[in-house]
Amino acid sequence: MRALAGVSLAIEQGEFFGLLGPNGAGKTTLINVIAGLARADSGAVSVMGADVLGEYRRARRMLGVVPQELVFDPFFTVRETLRIQSGYFGIRGNDAWIDEVMHHLDLMAKASVNMRALSGGMKRRVLVAQALVHKPPVIVLDEPTAGVDVELRHGLWQFVRRLNREGHTIVLTTHYLEEAELHCNRIAMLKAGRIAALDSTKNLLESFSGLQLRVRLDQERLPQPFPAQVLERDGPLFTLRLSSPGELEAVLARLRESGIGIVELEVQPPDLEEVFLRLTGRQS
Amino acid sequence: MTPFWTLFFKELLRFWKVGIQTVAAPVLTALLYLVIFGHALEGRVQVYDGVRYTSFLVPGLVMMSVLQNAFANSSSSLIQSKITGNIVFILLSPISHLEFFSAYVLASVVRGLVVGAGVLAVTVWFVELRLGAPLWVLAFALLGAALLGALGLIAGICSEKIDQLAAFQNFVIMPLTFLSGVFYSIHSLPDFWQKLSHANPFFYMVDGFRYGFFGASDVPPYASLAVVGVSFLVVSLVSLELLRTGYKLRH
Repeated sequence: MRALAGVSLAIEQGEFFGLLGPNGAGKTTLINVIAGLARADSGAVSVMGADVLGEYRRARRMLGVVPQELVFDPFFTVRETLRIQSGYFGIRGNDAWIDEVMHHLDLMAKASVNMRALSGGMKRRVLVAQALVHKPPVIVLDEPTAGVDVELRHGLWQFVRRLNREGHTIVLTTHYLEEAELHCNRIAMLKAGRIAALDSTKNLLESFSGLQLRVRLDQERLPQPFPAQVLERDGPLFTLRLSSPGELEAVLARLRESGIGIVELEVQPPDLEEVFLRLTGRQS
Repeated sequence: MTPFWTLFFKELLRFWKVGIQTVAAPVLTALLYLVIFGHALEGRVQVYDGVRYTSFLVPGLVMMSVLQNAFANSSSSLIQSKITGNIVFILLSPISHLEFFSAYVLASVVRGLVVGAGVLAVTVWFVELRLGAPLWVLAFALLGAALLGALGLIAGICSEKIDQLAAFQNFVIMPLTFLSGVFYSIHSLPDFWQKLSHANPFFYMVDGFRYGFFGASDVPPYASLAVVGVSFLVVSLVSLELLRTGYKLRH
């Protein structure tokens, strides 16, 4: 099975980069190849100039990965886990930084608690902390907020944004498009192992700058011809696409002329979800 | 701490935190073997001249415990990490395959020696035992434990489920240890079984280890050491190659 094909992209230092795509698009496979957890049949990946195979030790020191699955070692406490992880990177006496990371992730009260006894949200925080013990210049977050409560999400993003401001490159995969929209300055959308779009978040949103208009009519028909593109219809509920707010006037006038009444009306600004759905193929 | 020492230390901590299961239990098992087999077979089984059966049995039980526990340590640690997924923390770090191998094998050696020392400490009171050649004892204990630790790594890498590992343990390790002359001297066996025993590498480990106590063995200790050494080398090379290529670890 081919999970990725012809993916070629360069993420610049200091970027907050989003990797989006439906399930099975190849996001995690791409991250696994970058992290050395999977080996690509062909092609090359380097992290800060270090080839992930040829110079794996240097590449892995540059990289902090927060895996998607909630994994933990049940034999150890939070602090032991973080000390051991530091040791794997050859760092001794790392307690000052471990304390700082735990403080920002609100883990201090759990430092001496065994990993088994932590809630899912807390385990997720430890995973983030583990990825940061060696102060990696590049941080990869694979669905970091999946199944995480609102409070942690807020704290986590604050911390990650701070790391980004301090110069860390952030690579994020997420299902929450609003998170990508809010934090990422550039986005790659993957579809079936290929890059479907690669642009700044701003450009992606602007290229799909149309508005969406949802109307519920008192009849199940639209007059023909009609001045707006129909995206979806479900009985008397129509989703229309407007290329500019000015088109709204023409739509309303056409309905009025045809004697069709409006029961409900809602106008929505463009969002990443729409871009995402269009690019990954649910709509043409 | 270097990556190697951290991983080694983590592996020690892992078995030490569940010491009842990893150290106390096998010591008790060995004690039961001594009590039951010693009682049932004392005076009925002919071993070396001037050596009582229970005295003969103790070094065998010690070595069997060393080997089985060295195997259990690396194999169960690895399979647990694979199943729970926390192996990823090691795979994401800059630990080399040589460091990975050495840390797991060395921790297995420590576990094997700790259990072996425990078995010796509780059984030595029942028998007359003198340490004729302690260097042979040490050499076979170290090399045997390292061989089984490396074999445990291979089993842990290749197994995907606990029951696959259990099958390896029950159908390979257990028969080879039980048929290695722990409970009898192979000279008491019919010719065919005697010859077959020589194909069992575990036999050389037990036989050589016992030589360190009695100064007598079925095979000269140098020959046994050579067999065990070559076996260790072969198993280590296979294990290192599996780790280097990331077989069943990096997909």
